[in-house]
Amino acid sequence: MTLEALFSYAAVVLGLAALVMFGRLIAGPTLADRAVALDAMNTLVVAMMILLSVIFDSIVMVDVAIVYAGLSFVGTMFIARYLEGSM
Amino acid sequence: MVIFAASALMYLLLVWAGGAIEWIEIVIAVLFGGLISIMAKRWNPNITLRHSWLNPVRLLRFVVYLFGPFLMALIHANLDVAMRVITGKINPGIVRIPTGLASDGALTLLANSITLTPGTLTVDADDESRDLYIHWINVTTETPDASDICGTFPEWARRIAE
Amino acid sequence: MVAVIGILLGIGLIFNVLGTVSLYRFPDVYTRLHGTTKCTTFGSLFTSAAVVVYGIARYFEGFEGRFFTLSLHVTVAILALLISNATGANAIARAAHRSGIMPLHAVVDRLAEDEKSRGRRVS
Repeated sequence: MTLEALFSYAAVVLGLAALVMFGRLIAGPTLADRAVALDAMNTLVVAMMILLSVIFDSIVMVDVAIVYAGLSFVGTMFIARYLEGSM
Repeated sequence: MVIFAASALMYLLLVWAGGAIEWIEIVIAVLFGGLISIMAKRWNPNITLRHSWLNPVRLLRFVVYLFGPFLMALIHANLDVAMRVITGKINPGIVRIPTGLASDGALTLLANSITLTPGTLTVDADDESRDLYIHWINVTTETPDASDICGTFPEWARRIAE
Repeated sequence: MVAVIGILLGIGLIFNVLGTVSLYRFPDVYTRLHGTTKCTTFGSLFTSAAVVVYGIARYFEGFEGRFFTLSLHVTVAILALLISNATGANAIARAAHRSGIMPLHAVVDRLAEDEKSRGRRVS
């Protein structure tokens, strides 16, 4: 098996895991459960972008992943502030 | 000053491609670092970041901590959580531990370390008494010490960031 | 090299899938945070470590600068993930407790007791 195929299969598994997490995002009984699911999905998307940068052979995608991690952190923080009721 | 150094060094790290760095990149790094530190000062004038973060001995200690006790605890934590996911055996509760750390940076480092170590998750911090409230997934005693939860981590946090 | 990368990817995928399962298997917000934060951070660390190993191996094949840059940038991304995940989990846990979600099956809850004795809003 070539290395590119190995990385592609890993990226597909990560994408499927993120799709399964989407169920908790829709069904979560409280808003906090949804925030947890969204946070975990963001982590998986960052890991998937890093794998895709090898498959498509472009380093720019890793920079996009770093910026995405920062933005998802800011998003989680704002959801948490909203849940606390101080916004 | 800390913000200026951190953002300029981060810019240089991201444009570095293994060889020499052109002088124009250093000029851009200094410009962006100055811009970001001025913006941070205007956004929050009483921001307090102490210069001890730039001390190389402390940074070296931080790297040693990251690859020594922290990595061991991270691996142990994940095997522990994996067993709990498979067997579904939990006994949760929120406990309170005293830390005795004076600076905010050390408390942040300790809270983040506790979140990633076996069976514990920081929920809240008390600003006056410097205590941490911790969600513990397998409660064995209702009034634990800091060493029951996180071993030698408070000592490391004191040596790195105070 | 293929074997090392395969093993790293396999460990990472196992932990990521376990994190996904924990989202459905645990009963309340706090225990779900335990599962997802630790497992997805650790799993993503391993899949990214596979990319770092790939970059270093390709760099020593032909000394092309861009593979070195790949490894360096992935390391920066790993550090960003470690810090932002832990802090985000703390923020969600605190917000959940303040918005009145109590831990299920808890044997002890010192935070709620202390808030009640100090007269703060427990809701």
